[in-house]
Amino acid sequence: MSNDDKLTRRGLITRLLASASVLVLGGCERLSETTWFPKILGLGEKATYKTQRLVVPRKAMAQEFPATELSPQFRSNGTFMPSSPTYRALAARGFTDYRLEVGGLVERPVTLTLPEIRKLPSRTQITRHDCVEGWSAIGKWKGARLSALLEAVRLKPNARYVVVYCADPMEDGGSLYYESIDLEDAFHPQTILAYELNGEPLPIKNGAPLRLRLERQLGYKMAKYVMRLEIVEDFSGIAGGKGGYWEDRGYEWYAGI
Amino acid sequence: MARRIDKTINGRLRKIAKDFSRALSSGYPYYRHSLPVRIMHWSNVVFLSILLMSGLNIFNAHPALYWSKSSYSGVPPILEIRDQENDKGKISGVTRILGHDFDTTGFLGTSRDPEGELTERGFPSWLTIPSLQWLAMARRWHFFFAWLLVANGIAFVTYSIVSRHLHHDLLPTRQDWRSIGRSIIDHLRFRFHKGEAAKRYNVLQKLAYLGVIFFLLPLMILMGLGMSPALDAFHPGWVDIFFGRQSIRTIHFVVALALVLFVIVHVFEVIVSGFWNNLRSMITGCYRVESEADHE
Repeated sequence: MSNDDKLTRRGLITRLLASASVLVLGGCERLSETTWFPKILGLGEKATYKTQRLVVPRKAMAQEFPATELSPQFRSNGTFMPSSPTYRALAARGFTDYRLEVGGLVERPVTLTLPEIRKLPSRTQITRHDCVEGWSAIGKWKGARLSALLEAVRLKPNARYVVVYCADPMEDGGSLYYESIDLEDAFHPQTILAYELNGEPLPIKNGAPLRLRLERQLGYKMAKYVMRLEIVEDFSGIAGGKGGYWEDRGYEWYAGI
Repeated sequence: MARRIDKTINGRLRKIAKDFSRALSSGYPYYRHSLPVRIMHWSNVVFLSILLMSGLNIFNAHPALYWSKSSYSGVPPILEIRDQENDKGKISGVTRILGHDFDTTGFLGTSRDPEGELTERGFPSWLTIPSLQWLAMARRWHFFFAWLLVANGIAFVTYSIVSRHLHHDLLPTRQDWRSIGRSIIDHLRFRFHKGEAAKRYNVLQKLAYLGVIFFLLPLMILMGLGMSPALDAFHPGWVDIFFGRQSIRTIHFVVALALVLFVIVHVFEVIVSGFWNNLRSMITGCYRVESEADHE
């Protein structure tokens, strides 16, 4: 074999290795910025959603804990004091003027005061809250079963999602937090509108006066400062169209992992 | 100075070229790795690299590890990476492991961003995908390639059983077990088989591969699934077998570290036992067996 031959082959392999690493590092960067590639990557999370819904029974219960496992402090994340004047006014009067509106695709829209919500069938549960960031905290929640409320307002046949509108304006100023869940989760026995944490009225930093608990998904689904529920067939016309504040900013709508 | 470096590089390159041509010219070719194994091996290289780097980006969203069911159980984290600012406004990186603080400025806690600015982050940007702190995007990368890893794993195990690759090449024979002592000594002395024996994996190699394939990777995947609140509901409390959800997150991280260690040792062995011959055999399948005469 001639010397030239060796050099080309050697050069080729070196160049291949070099371009491979550049491709991996630089390419990943540029791919994340495109619109098409994250969509392909998103197929992974879609597959996760389908598989988990297939594997985990509809009524499977999230783990519940004894009181000895309670976190000494339940961490507050995201908003800890909503900045809107309406919310501040409500909070200043101890939420006595608070009203929860339930509307959309229902036969009997209602507006409920906090005492009325407390009269609905309730559930108390000690569960673990898993944040998308990676931390967990264990708290004792008491709240109205969402299933009882939805049965009371009687859903129309085309109802598919419950959209939860909140009082807290987010960092970008204008947009308010919101979330959406499907009916399978909405009718789950552990899905509640919580008004108590660890035996006390829900603190403002954890979402007073009412927050959603959705125990089989991550924390960002469990909207705090709930003001209004709207039952819809499709949420693509709401805000960014992805079904939630964080979903509109790239997070998955299904947060089961 | 530049000339001297040039000379050193040239010397190195010449040596590599010599090894390379020797790998091509002596002995006889032996078809060592089948095409499916080669494809699945290199797919794994890509998948695991992306999973590691996107995983570190996800870890950076909360750079602390716990040994318990929750993160707030009154027990401090076993590992915590954070940044500190002194009264002069200078930031440094601190890594606390089991209560002991280590200054890790420049690597963990604080590191240079792509613009060269010292910024607060867990793992540095050159180790994460994406390089920016971008949790939503990192999760997309991670879960997409996790599925590919699982698919590749299922394909490999199926292929290995059906083609008897597992039986012929990976499971230690009785003779392997008997030679384990000698194999350990050979490894410590960096003595490698070049002749006929190089056609087969040695016993430590077999055990390392089996450990990765049938223990570390399945444990990794199981611990990943254990972090899913939906799958935790599959059988409430199953995560407590592994000491709770936050311990599971810690095990996931430790297994990733173990896999990185495996790769370091693996690549080291590949280099010292005849880099070009090994690399070529994993690309083309063809390994050149040195005739015993060439050997010592």
